[in-house]
Formats: sequence, structure tokens, C-alpha cells
Amino acid sequence: MRPLTAQRPGAANTARPAPLRRDPAPSRTAYRMQRMWLRPWVRAGLRVGLPVLVLALGVGIYLSDQPRRDALNAMYTDLTETVKNRPEFMVNLLAIDGASPDLDAAVRTALALPLPQSSLDLDLDAAHAKIAQLQAVASADVRVQSGGILQVTITEREPAFVWRNAAGVWLVDDTGTRIAEVEARGDRADLPLIAGEGADTAIAEARAILTSAGPLLPRLRGLVRMGDRRWDIVLDREQRIMLPSVDPVAALERLIALDQAQEVLARDLASVDLRLQARPALRLAPYSLAEMRRLRGIIPAESDL
Amino acid sequence: MTDLYQTQRAMRNIRRAAMQRGVIAILDIGSSKVGCLILKFDDAAGGRDMEGVGSMAGQSSFRVIGAATTRSRGVRLGEIAVMNETERAIRTAVQSAQKMANVRVDHVIACFSGAEPRSYGLAGEWDLQDSVVSEQDVARVLAACDVPDIGEGREVLHAQPVNFALDHRSGLGDPRGQIGNRLSCDLHMMTVDASVVQNLIYCLKRCDLELAGMASSAYVSGISSLVEDEQELGAACIDMGGGSTGISVFMKKHMIFSDSVRMGGDHVTSDISKGLQVPLTTAERIKTKFGGVHATGMDDREMIEIGGDSGDWEKDRRQVSRTEVIGIMRPRVEEILEEARARLDAAGFDHLPSQQIVLTGGASQIPGLDGLAARILGQRVRLGRPLRVQGLPQAATGPAFSSAVGLCLFAAHPQDEWWDFDIPAERYPARSLKRAMKWFKDNW
Repeated sequence: MRPLTAQRPGAANTARPAPLRRDPAPSRTAYRMQRMWLRPWVRAGLRVGLPVLVLALGVGIYLSDQPRRDALNAMYTDLTETVKNRPEFMVNLLAIDGASPDLDAAVRTALALPLPQSSLDLDLDAAHAKIAQLQAVASADVRVQSGGILQVTITEREPAFVWRNAAGVWLVDDTGTRIAEVEARGDRADLPLIAGEGADTAIAEARAILTSAGPLLPRLRGLVRMGDRRWDIVLDREQRIMLPSVDPVAALERLIALDQAQEVLARDLASVDLRLQARPALRLAPYSLAEMRRLRGIIPAESDL
Repeated sequence: MTDLYQTQRAMRNIRRAAMQRGVIAILDIGSSKVGCLILKFDDAAGGRDMEGVGSMAGQSSFRVIGAATTRSRGVRLGEIAVMNETERAIRTAVQSAQKMANVRVDHVIACFSGAEPRSYGLAGEWDLQDSVVSEQDVARVLAACDVPDIGEGREVLHAQPVNFALDHRSGLGDPRGQIGNRLSCDLHMMTVDASVVQNLIYCLKRCDLELAGMASSAYVSGISSLVEDEQELGAACIDMGGGSTGISVFMKKHMIFSDSVRMGGDHVTSDISKGLQVPLTTAERIKTKFGGVHATGMDDREMIEIGGDSGDWEKDRRQVSRTEVIGIMRPRVEEILEEARARLDAAGFDHLPSQQIVLTGGASQIPGLDGLAARILGQRVRLGRPLRVQGLPQAATGPAFSSAVGLCLFAAHPQDEWWDFDIPAERYPARSLKRAMKWFKDNW
């Protein structure tokens, strides 16, 4: 309906005082809440803490049921199995390079891998450790190659000596590590023989002595470590060359020079004692000793002892 | 008085704590509006340890980050009349300022205009024990001021040392370390009604705010609207508020006199309301839109629809000319100014070297007021606007906000007051541990 009062332009509308606005003052509670909300830790708590709490609560409630947990586990296991058993990941073949047939068999026995197997299940580090434990192996490299091949590349230890000791006859390499036991020394007649306690720890010295014993080599039977201290060279005809513990190579070289000049070793000697550098000593064989005494007119006293 | 002395000391400590937090609220509780500004201090120390005058006259240390103003309720003549209503108004202002600043404020500095301020000039003298003035001597000379009877139920709001004299050298700002025999000081003390202060403290407590300082709005609007040379040479600031008009006289950058006239813009509004038979809101609207103090021939022809809601045609269609409105307003404005003149004369303002008078406050926005004031108060009258401070919204830069802005400056650079000085050792109770400590500190 049209208002009865005349509408005048301009002032007419402003003449009516605007109705008093509702009091905009916040209530005490609203005021306190707003001030609380302005505290930084309250804001952080509500913005981060509350969602985290709700999420944790929800997950916790969902997982508190045993069948649900089992179902989740089963699902996870299924999934991992499916992925693992894909043909791309399967290892079907164990290939061993650089090993003698004996070692090859030993490695296969040590690994004892049930093939085919997923490469994701393979523990290459453990396999490597198992191979490295074999004494004949100097170094090994284990890797899975494409085409489902487990490639084991082995560097074998090189036997350098035959070592005879109380436990048997062993092959040792240049570092003194035992490689394998052999039935008899004759199995590896190509390698020099060493014997005696602690011989494996002085392999380097033995090698040096052998290198400088050139002219004696045809007569050489072996080296004997005496008292874990020094070496004896054993020649045929039961001859022994007793080397000093210090600088044996120089002593040996002097002896060889003497031998080449005067053919000392060709005579009927039991041993040459080089242990004291200033006073090398020769021991004659018993027969030669008696003969020499007879020639010199010395009658040895017979003794019952 | 000792009670308020302790309160003031406590408030000073709260203020220091607030400065360290970096956020403090300014609350101007006026009769027509309640304004709240939130200040953020850039450096934790509040810029007090700066040497000399800093950049932007030392105001760069803070910025206004929240401002809100609301219609005042329950405040009459600058005093809290209805506690609940005032509390709601304060809550509104504080809440919206907090919302703008997005920080929570706990500490507030408040100013109010009422409570019948009276100012006293005090003088004290002290013979120095050794010839160098120490802090203790300053405290003793302040303690030696003889306090007049300030009356029952009144408290000291401001007590500022304005001048120190050593022997015959006067005008010392800081006498510490100077050599002389006799130290004397002038103290300006301002007292207010204790009940008003109690109401204010209680009201702010109900708003969960801690009071970190109080000031008279006449004083703080003087700080903000007088320029530096006026403060130095001597000037009066007349803060024409809604319910009361504050007068403060400054000299050598110190307030030396303060008074208030219990009349203001609200009285002009009520005159219009009575004279034209209109509600107060309409009268307020007519005053702000068509008000003035000088009628011209043009104003005779400018008719104002004053309207009404009575349903009576004759009453609702009334019109008045602007001359009539001016005719109602002018006597009241003249009365306020004459009253202010009388107060200034009583204080001996005409003996001051400079007779500058600055009008500020919401009611100073009446058109033509400067002409009228020049007739009553003398030729050197100007309209003052508050200093510009960093971050203040454009809407809050008018003369109505001079006390709020002044309170910001007051918060940033508080004047040393009586309670900022140490209590002299003799005034401690005997056998006090504090006294022993003091003695040790002073002697070693």
C-alpha cells in the first residue's frame, strides 16, 4: 500500500531516525572465547592437534578389531607375494666363474640356495659372507644378472707351498693361508715343501730363501721352521743348512758362493751351521769323521756311553 | 595516598613487562566514544635506552596494529556511571581491535577525562650531604615536598617533577651528578576522585585486562596535539570532549597545570534536543551535519527537516533554519570556552611567555570554532590535530583521537613520575631488610 505520508525528495528519507542498532557488544563468554582463540598455542592445538587426534582415534578404532588387522596383514602379504613372484624377479640359475670344480661344488654346497627363488628374497650379503668363509676363496663377487642368473665370480687362492705339520699335509698360499688338505706331499710335487711349527707365518721369508737358493734347488728337499724362529734348508743325503734367524738370505748367499768355489756341499757333511755369522761350522757325517781321524792318526777312545 | 603510590609502582612494573612482551593496548574511555588502539613495540626495551631523540622523534619504536572505536555507553562527564554498560563498550572496542591486530592483549593503559582533576604545585628542598647530587638525593628532595591536604577520597594521578634547581641555577632537567649544596625541586601533582579510579580499575579487571598505567586525558591530548616548540615555550591545550573539556598547560615540556570543565559536546547535543524537541540521536546528527557557531544570511534560508516519529503531521514535518541551530549551539560553546578561559585565568596563564592555545577533541570540529575561540581566548588560538603515529588508520587521525594518540606517546615515552624514583632509605620501615640492602648498595 502506498504510504500516506508524502514522499519528499532528499530529506524525507533521512528524517526518520534509523532504528537503534542492536548493541554490538560481545557477551562475556564470546569475549573470553575470542581472547582464548588468540593464544598461539590454542590455535596450533586446534589446527594441528585436533585433526591428528581425530585421525589417530579413527585409525585406532578401526585397527582394534583382530579380524580387520588379520585381513589387512593378509592383503599386504598377498600383494608382496604377487610382486615378488613375478617372472622378472625370479632367479633360476647359479653361475659360478673362476672356480676349480672342487671349489665350485664347495660353493654350491655352502650356499645351498633353493632355486628358483625370487631375487627380492635373496640375501646377497649373506651369500657373499658364506662364500668368503671358504678358505680357498680370495675374493668373491655375487650379483643378480638379468635373465634370472645369480652370478658368482670367485678369485681362488693360488697354492704356493705344501706345508706338512702334525695335522696333515696342507696347501698354503703366499700369505700363509691354508687352502686345502692334500692326501700326500706327492700330489703336488711341483710346489716346495715347508714344515715345522709356525711355518705359515714366515712364508715370505721362505719365499725369499727359495728365490736365492738357485744352485741348490735340484738338491732341495724342503724348508723346516725351527722353533718358530729360523729356517733350516734340508737337502738330499740328509744334509741340513741351519740359517740364522736374522738375515738368512745373506748367509745363504755366502754359503752358495763358498760352495761354488770349494764345493763344500758336495762333500760328506751332515750339516752346515750358519747361525753364528762370525763362525760358520761344519759337521761331518759319522763315517767321514771317523775316516778323517784315522787318517790323521787320532785313535778315538771307545766309549760305551 | 601510599596505597595509590604502591598501585602506581605496580602499574609501572606491569607496563615494563608489557613492553617486554611487545604488545600493549591503549584505551581511551570518553563520554562519547571508547577507543582502543593496540601498539606493537619493535624492540623489547621500548626504545628507552636510545641516546637522544631517535628517528621520527622516537616514535618509530612502536606502531599501531589494531584500532577500534565504539559508541560509549554508561560514561557520563568522563566518569564511569554504569559499570555494566561501560564494560560492554570496552569489551566491544578491545575485541574488535584484537581482531584487527590478531594478537591478544593483556595489558592496557587507560585514560579518562573526568574525576574532577585538581592540580597542585609542590616545592621541596634538600641540603646535599656531599656536594654531588645522587639518585638518593633526588628521591629525598621529592620526598621533602610538602604535600597539601588533597581532601578526603582523592588520589594522586600524576606527580611529575617539572623542575630542579641547584643552589641558584634553575631549570635543570636531570640534576644527577651536578655539584652544589642545596637541591630544590618543583613537583606538579594532579589529584582525582579516588572512586572514579577504583571504578575504572574494577571495570578493566572485569574485562580480564591488566591495568598498566593511567593518565588524565587532558595531559595526553596535550602531548599529542601540541607541537614541540609549543610544549617548550608554553601553551594550553583545551581538549573538548563529549562530556568534559580538559585543560592542560604545558611549559618546558612538562605539564604544569591541569583542570577540567564539566561540559562538552554532549551538552550542546542536549541543548539542541531540548530546544528543537527532538531525540538525542537526531540532535547529534543535526549538530554534526549542520552545526556551527557563526550564522550568515545563507543559513537563514537553509532549512533542515528535523522530522519525528510521533504520527502527528505538524510535528513530523517540522523544519528549522540552520540559523536556529547555530543560535542554540553558540551560547553553550561560548559558555564552555568562557569557563575554560576562567580556569586558565585562575591558573595565571596570562603570565606565561607564550599565550598559545590549542583546541582539540571531538567538539573542536564545529565549523567556525576557531573564530569564536579567538574572541574569547585570545588571538593565538589554533585547532590541533594529533601527531601522526605509525600504522594509525586514517579514520583515527582526527582531533577526536588526540587523547588516544597521546596515550600511545605516553606509553612509549612515559614521563618520570614521583613513584619512578627510589624510596629514600630513611622512609623504609626501621629494621627492614630492604633498608639494610639499600644501605649496602649505597655505601659500596
